[in-house]
Amino acid sequence: MAAEIKTTQVVTKADYKSDQVVKWCAGCGDFAILSAVQSALAESQVRKEDVVFVSGIGCSSRFPYYINTYGFHGLHGRGAAIASGVKIANPKLDVWHITGDGDSMAIGGNHFIHLVRRNIDMNVILFNNKIYGLTKGQYSPTTPRGSITKTSPDGTIENPFKPGELVMGAQGTFFARVVDTEPKRMKEVFLEASKHRGTSVVEVLQNCVIFNNRIHNEITGKDVRDDHQIHLEHGKPMIFGKEKNKGLVLRASRLEVVIIGKNGITEKDILVHDVNNPDDTTHYMLVRMTLPEYPVATGVIRFCDCTGTYDAELELQIEKAKAKPEVKSLQELIEQNSFLVE
Amino acid sequence: MSKKANKVIEVDAVVVKFAGDSGDGMQLSGSQFSDTSAFAGNDLATFPDFPSEIRAPQGTIAGVSGFQLHIGHKEVDTPGDQADVLIALNPAALKANMKWVKDGATIIIDIDNFDNKYYKKAGYIEDPLGDGTLTGYNVVKAPITQLSKSTVKDLGLDSKSAERTKNQFALGILYWLFNKDLKYGEEFIENKFGSKKPLLAEANKRVLRSGYNYAETVEALRTTYQINPIKDRKGLFRNITGNIATSWGLLAAAERADIELYLGSYPITPATEILQELSKRKHLGVKTFQAEDEIAGINSAIGASFAGDLAVTSTSGPGLALKGEAIGLAVITELPLVIVNVQRGGPATGLPTKLEQADLMQALYGRNGESPCVVIAASTPADCFHYAFMAGKIALEHMTPVILLTDGYLANGSELWKLPVISKLPEIKPPFVKDNSDYQPYERNPETLVRSWALPGQEGMRHRIGGLEKEDVTGNVSHNPLNHEKMVGLREEKVQRVANYIPELKVSGEDSGDLLVVGWGGSYGALISAVKDCQGEGKKISLAQFNYIKPMPKNTAEVFSKFSKIVVCELNMGQFANYLRMTFPEFEYLQHNKIQGLPFMISELKEKFNQILEA
Repeated sequence: MAAEIKTTQVVTKADYKSDQVVKWCAGCGDFAILSAVQSALAESQVRKEDVVFVSGIGCSSRFPYYINTYGFHGLHGRGAAIASGVKIANPKLDVWHITGDGDSMAIGGNHFIHLVRRNIDMNVILFNNKIYGLTKGQYSPTTPRGSITKTSPDGTIENPFKPGELVMGAQGTFFARVVDTEPKRMKEVFLEASKHRGTSVVEVLQNCVIFNNRIHNEITGKDVRDDHQIHLEHGKPMIFGKEKNKGLVLRASRLEVVIIGKNGITEKDILVHDVNNPDDTTHYMLVRMTLPEYPVATGVIRFCDCTGTYDAELELQIEKAKAKPEVKSLQELIEQNSFLVE
Repeated sequence: MSKKANKVIEVDAVVVKFAGDSGDGMQLSGSQFSDTSAFAGNDLATFPDFPSEIRAPQGTIAGVSGFQLHIGHKEVDTPGDQADVLIALNPAALKANMKWVKDGATIIIDIDNFDNKYYKKAGYIEDPLGDGTLTGYNVVKAPITQLSKSTVKDLGLDSKSAERTKNQFALGILYWLFNKDLKYGEEFIENKFGSKKPLLAEANKRVLRSGYNYAETVEALRTTYQINPIKDRKGLFRNITGNIATSWGLLAAAERADIELYLGSYPITPATEILQELSKRKHLGVKTFQAEDEIAGINSAIGASFAGDLAVTSTSGPGLALKGEAIGLAVITELPLVIVNVQRGGPATGLPTKLEQADLMQALYGRNGESPCVVIAASTPADCFHYAFMAGKIALEHMTPVILLTDGYLANGSELWKLPVISKLPEIKPPFVKDNSDYQPYERNPETLVRSWALPGQEGMRHRIGGLEKEDVTGNVSHNPLNHEKMVGLREEKVQRVANYIPELKVSGEDSGDLLVVGWGGSYGALISAVKDCQGEGKKISLAQFNYIKPMPKNTAEVFSKFSKIVVCELNMGQFANYLRMTFPEFEYLQHNKIQGLPFMISELKEKFNQILEA
C-alpha cells in the first residue's frame, strides 16, 4: 500500500532526531555516522515518511532506534533479507540497511552477497570496526590476520574479508568507502549512495573505542591520512599525499604508486577516476589496495547504472503481465478446467 | 469406434495404480486419467508416490514412480488401500507394487520389458511370469513398447521420444477398460504439448488411441467397467492438488483483504509447487521472491509484511527448522505472516517425498522463548484452499504468524473441489490505521488484544519495531522484568483469543458413543472412511478431526467428555496425543501411530478400532 506523495514539506535534520536515548559508548564512531546520515537525509529532501531503516544485530544495528523514520531492528545477519522484502513490497520507499562486519560478513554473509547480486535499490551502510563489539571483543571476518582477541588468544589464523571485494565479486554497482572521522565526506558519500539506483554499499571504517580502539588509525590519523588514504573523485586524477605528489598508474595490469616529477612522470600519466565505468577491473584493484604498498582508497569507488534493479524489473514484469493477463481474475483462474454438474 | 465388449459391469469405485520408471511419465498419465474421470463426473482422490531422485537407475525398485487413483460413483475420501488395476511397465514396478494390489486384480504389464536383464535389476531370482507369482490375477501381457513405437514410426521421432509415448498406450487400455471417452485424453495432450510441440501431441494422441484399439482385441479385457457419475452433487467442480489449492487460497485471502500477496520462499520438496504456481500469477499482482535460503525467504516476508503485504513463506520440515528464529521475530513484532509447512518424513533430510505428520511439536514449540503462534492444519487436498485462506485471514486480522500444516500427501494428491465464489468469501479486515492518528504501535484492541498496523509511507506514524522486547503500548525497547512478563502473557492471550473466531469442533457421527477417533490434518480421508465403515457395522464410533490446533476449538473438552474411549491416530510417535494430554489431562488417550512414510490404510484402522471396542 503506497502512500500519497506530498511535496510541500521541508525536512530538516531535526526531523530525523528520535526521542530515544542513544546508548552507544562515549566516543564511539557511530555517533558521527548517525549525524552524517541525518544531514544527508535532510539535504536529499526525500519525503520523511518514505524512509525506512532496517538493521540486523550488533552495536551498529541499534541505529534505527535513534533516527526518526520507519525502522525495523531485525535478526542477526538477516537485515539484508528483511530490507529486501520491504523494498520489493513497496518500491516507493527509500530503504537503508544498517549493518556491521559481523552482521553482514559472517552470519549474514550469504544474504549480503545475494542482495548485491540482485541489485535491489537500497543503501547499505556497513560499519566496519573489525571486531565484535556487542558481544565484547571477539574477532570478526574483517579482523586482520594474527590479531589477538578474546577468541584468538594466540592470534587469528584466518584471512580477513575486504567487504568491497565481496561487493565486486557479486557484481555490485555501487561501492564507496569512508572513514568515521570525516563527517562532511561521509555525508557526501551517503548522498551519492542515495542517488544511485541499485544496491549502494558504503563501508565506513568505524572506530570501536572500547574493544578495538585506533584500529583504523593508520588510515585516519591526522599525521598519516594524506599519505595513507587516497580520496577518489570522479573525473579527477588519482593523486594523493601531503605534497599532492603521489599518484596511481597502471603498469603491467597492476596499479602502481608513482611520484610525480620523478622518472619523468607527469600529472598526465596518472589514472583518472571513472566511477561510472561498467568495466569494474580498475574499481576492483582500487578496492583491494592496502597499506603499506598502497594508500587505502576512500570516496565513491564505483557508481554504475549498468544493470536494472530487481525491484523495478519485478514491477515491470507485473505491469506487463497485468496488461496481457492469462486470466482476468482469480475467479477465472480457478474456473479453468472446471465442469458444471447439474 | 466399435465396442466389442461382451460385458459392461457397473461398479461403485475402482482403484488404479500406474507404475513404471521415474522417467516413464507415470505422474502425467495419472493426472490425465484423473482429469478424464473428473470430467466424466466421478468423484476421485489421487496419490502420487515417487522417489526423491529425479531419475534413479532405470529398472530398479528405487526408480519406481507410481500414481494411485481412486474413482467412484459415490464419495471417495482416500486414494484407496489397494488397487483393482495395476499397470506395471517393468518388473521393478511389478515387484514394488504387488503388496498394494487386491487379490484377483487386473495387472497390465509391458511384456517388452520383462526379460532377464530387467528381472535381475528388479531383484527377481525367477521369472515372475512363470513362477506362480501372478497366479490368481488377471494378467494382460501387452507388447506396449513395441506397439507404441510402431504406431509412431512414420512421424520421424527419435527413438527415445517414440518410446516415451508408451504411457499413452497403457492409458488407452484403461480408457477402454473403464469406458472413458478418449476425447478428454486427447484434450489433455493438446493442452500439454499444444501448439509448441505439435509432433509430440500427434504422437501421443495416436498411441493413446492405439492402446484403446489394442484393448478391444484382448481376450483378458472382455469385461469392461462403468463408473457412473456421482449423484447429489451440483455446481462447478474441478480436480485440484493440495499445493495448488494452498496457493489459490492465499491469493483469495489477499483479494478479500484488498492487499498485495508476497511470497518469499526457497525451493524444497514437497512445497516447491506453491512457489512455482504463485510465480506464474504476476497478472494477479503477486510478488514472489526466490530467496538464497529458507532464512532469507521468511525474513524477506517479514519485511514485506512490515511494508503492508499479505506475506507468506512456504517450506517443508527442514525449512521450518531454519525459519524458527524469524517466526519468533514475527511473534514479537506482532506482524501478520503465513508459514506454510508441507510436512514430509524427518528428521534432517529424512524422506523428502514421503508422508509424515511429525512437525506438529516443531510448529507449536520449535522456537526460542515463549513464542506462541496460531497453528492450523488442512485435511484434504481441496480444503487446503479454505485453510490457506483462513491462515491469511487470521494472520491479518490478529496480527500474528500463522503456521499452516499440510503434508506431501495432500500437496501432491488431488480430489474434486467445488469451486467457491471468491467475492462471496468472508471479507478480511486488517487493523490498518488512518494517517496522522495518535499512533502507539503496541496499543491493543481490548477485545482481541490485536495491535494496529501502520505502514511505512503513512504520514504521522513513523515508528520503530524489532526483535528486542517491547514496552507495552509504546513499543519502545524495554528490559523491565514486569513488562516482559506482561508482554509474554499478552502475546499468548492474543493467540488464545483467536478461539473466539474459529468454528467449534464437530464430530462425524453421533455426539456420544463408545469410541471417539481423534485425528488432525491430512489423515482425514483414511480416518473418515474407516469410521464410516465401522458405523455401517453398527458400532458406536465417531470421528473428531482437528484443523485448528492452536488455539483449539472451545468445545473440545465437551466433545471428548461424551465418549467412553478416545483414540488419537497420527502419523508420528504421538505428538498430538501428548499435546492433548497436556491441555486436557482429565481424559485418557489411546494411540494409534504409524511412521512408515505412508498413509493409514483403512483396513488397519478398522482392525485397531475393533480391537479397542472389543477390549
